[in-house]
Amino acid sequence: MQIVSQVREPLITGGKTYKDITNDVCRPVEQDPPKSWFAALTVALILLLAGGAFMGDMLWNGIGRWGLNKSVQWAWDITNFVWWVGIGHAGTLISAVLLLFRQKWRSSINRAAEAMTIFAVICAAIWPVVHMGRPWLGAYWALPLPNTFGSLWVNFNSPLLWDVFAISTYFTVSLLFWYIGLVPDFATLRDRAVTKFQRIFYGFLSLGFDGSAKTWMHYESVSLILAGLSTPLVLSVHTIVSFDFATSVIPGWHTTIFPPYFVAGAIFSGFAMVLTLMLITRVLYGLEDYITMEHIEMMNIVILVTGSVVGIAYVTEFFIAWYSGVEYEQYAFANRMGGQYWWAYWSMMTCNVISPQLFYFKAIRTNLITTFFLSIVVNIGMWFERFVIIVTSLHRDYLPSSWVYFTPTAWDIMCYVFTFGLFFTLFFMFAKFFPVINMAEVKAVLKDSDSKVYKGRRTIPNSLVPEADRVKETEIA
Amino acid sequence: MESNKHFLVGIFNDHDILISGVKKLRAEGVKIFEVYTPYPVHHLEHALGYKRSKMPVAAFFFGITGTILAILMQTLMLGVDWPMIIGGKPYIAYPDFVPVTFELTVLLASYGMGFTFFITRGLGPGAVPRMFDRRATDDKHVMAIDLSENKKSEDEIKALLESVSAEESYRKDFTDEENNPNFWKFLVDTMTNGVTSSSRQLN
Repeated sequence: MQIVSQVREPLITGGKTYKDITNDVCRPVEQDPPKSWFAALTVALILLLAGGAFMGDMLWNGIGRWGLNKSVQWAWDITNFVWWVGIGHAGTLISAVLLLFRQKWRSSINRAAEAMTIFAVICAAIWPVVHMGRPWLGAYWALPLPNTFGSLWVNFNSPLLWDVFAISTYFTVSLLFWYIGLVPDFATLRDRAVTKFQRIFYGFLSLGFDGSAKTWMHYESVSLILAGLSTPLVLSVHTIVSFDFATSVIPGWHTTIFPPYFVAGAIFSGFAMVLTLMLITRVLYGLEDYITMEHIEMMNIVILVTGSVVGIAYVTEFFIAWYSGVEYEQYAFANRMGGQYWWAYWSMMTCNVISPQLFYFKAIRTNLITTFFLSIVVNIGMWFERFVIIVTSLHRDYLPSSWVYFTPTAWDIMCYVFTFGLFFTLFFMFAKFFPVINMAEVKAVLKDSDSKVYKGRRTIPNSLVPEADRVKETEIA
Repeated sequence: MESNKHFLVGIFNDHDILISGVKKLRAEGVKIFEVYTPYPVHHLEHALGYKRSKMPVAAFFFGITGTILAILMQTLMLGVDWPMIIGGKPYIAYPDFVPVTFELTVLLASYGMGFTFFITRGLGPGAVPRMFDRRATDDKHVMAIDLSENKKSEDEIKALLESVSAEESYRKDFTDEENNPNFWKFLVDTMTNGVTSSSRQLN
């Protein structure tokens, strides 16, 4: 028996039928892409190629091309790594954590968010690889291979190695989760296909899925277990990323609050990136009935909550630095706020702590323009957060003679641009060739989300319903 | 009558009507071959009398395998094959092995279960499904009843389907070729004339 909420808006608006969902989601995949898509892809490819030229040059000549120096040995490379991994967290959060919490609004955004996760993790994984300087030797340092120069194994006590396992597991498991969700939708595309290419391409990708009740039963079970596995996985990934810093002895990094604070920051930036992408996709593909204001407001509330958690974490770090009585810690934090990098610190504070508080106002969190603007501001702030943690902690070494100021070079900037190009190229290809909304899941929540369809239920004569399930006339309000 | 060849197909528009229909047909003694739905319909598996999915069991055993392999790998590499003092800690520092152990547990559990699902359900690249009605992946629920497995006559079952508000019902016969779909034939057919046994005409 279903209960219609008097307070909640329907998840899917516009009185859509099942057929409408199929048509609306499949149309952009089947039709020739609009000119705006080609324009967007061109921009992404230009970023990819221009950044790729610098990346190639950097790989050929070495990471001396970057602005790194004796004291600041990690700067934009690891900042970008943590930033991209953090963005990646939203997809798993939406698809796994919200599945466990039975938040049905997730079903219209989970596909694109998971795609974003996978592409963001690809962009993230580039950084630890290239920052090794000679990545072709990386297998000896990162994989448990016997070193050919002597039987020396990788160091399983090192958080850097845990990171290798965490990120690669996260990527592969997310890919599996995403793909299993895509299979039924590929089957829908296969059965609608009118061109030879689509028939073979989606026929191959759909793995022969036929939608039988038995397959769905196992599918549901697999999804639930994967969600249950992905939830601790996603928390472990950013926890381990934070261990890269927290287990060191550098003042400013040596902080026990890092794991929860990094995870909250990851959700914060990830939701902001989902919003940035979905607001564009929604307009271009006309998906206003699927990604409704309700969805946008929900995501803004998550941003508000996690942004506040991050803000509390910043304040706590300061308090603990003072309370610990360790002068090096105290200096590290005072230096963040008022040292040479004060501008980075205050950009971080403004973007991450102050600006999301605007979402307390309903008018702001239900406005597309302010939401879009703030979603970008949040990601700028989160980039600065990682930059502040990494660079301000390193640029004041133990010896004042090693005190330096880090300035990025063109290679720093363009290698970062390369990952943007890669991310958007992958996302635009996804948006063209894959269904951007999980049709099967949206269809599954349609009936109990839309009052119009719900009312249709009354048309079932009670005589058809088995005795036990029969709805009493009084209960149909 | 040969089995697995002659079917009666019932099309349903609504999943609540479908579930009540399934219950009623089974109560009448009709054996349902399978139901194909465009999205997961909850409680349909109970109405059809399917046993609970054992995928969690697969996940558990693959996960345990991952845990054991990870602990063995780290212990043997750092503790036995080439012991090293790192930070003055014991050679075998189990607390440090927790993250990698956890990750490998999740990895093996996920992939083990995922591939168990694909293999047991016959899903794989190149698999070509036998189609009753293409609308099953779009907007209709398709019930297939194998006539050879039922004692009731075709007309009797058809009348029953109508009585449970099936939107339409029709007979579907498969040839041997359709019953054994072949990927290469599918590929060649699609490339040569764009039409296969399970697809509609190219526009």
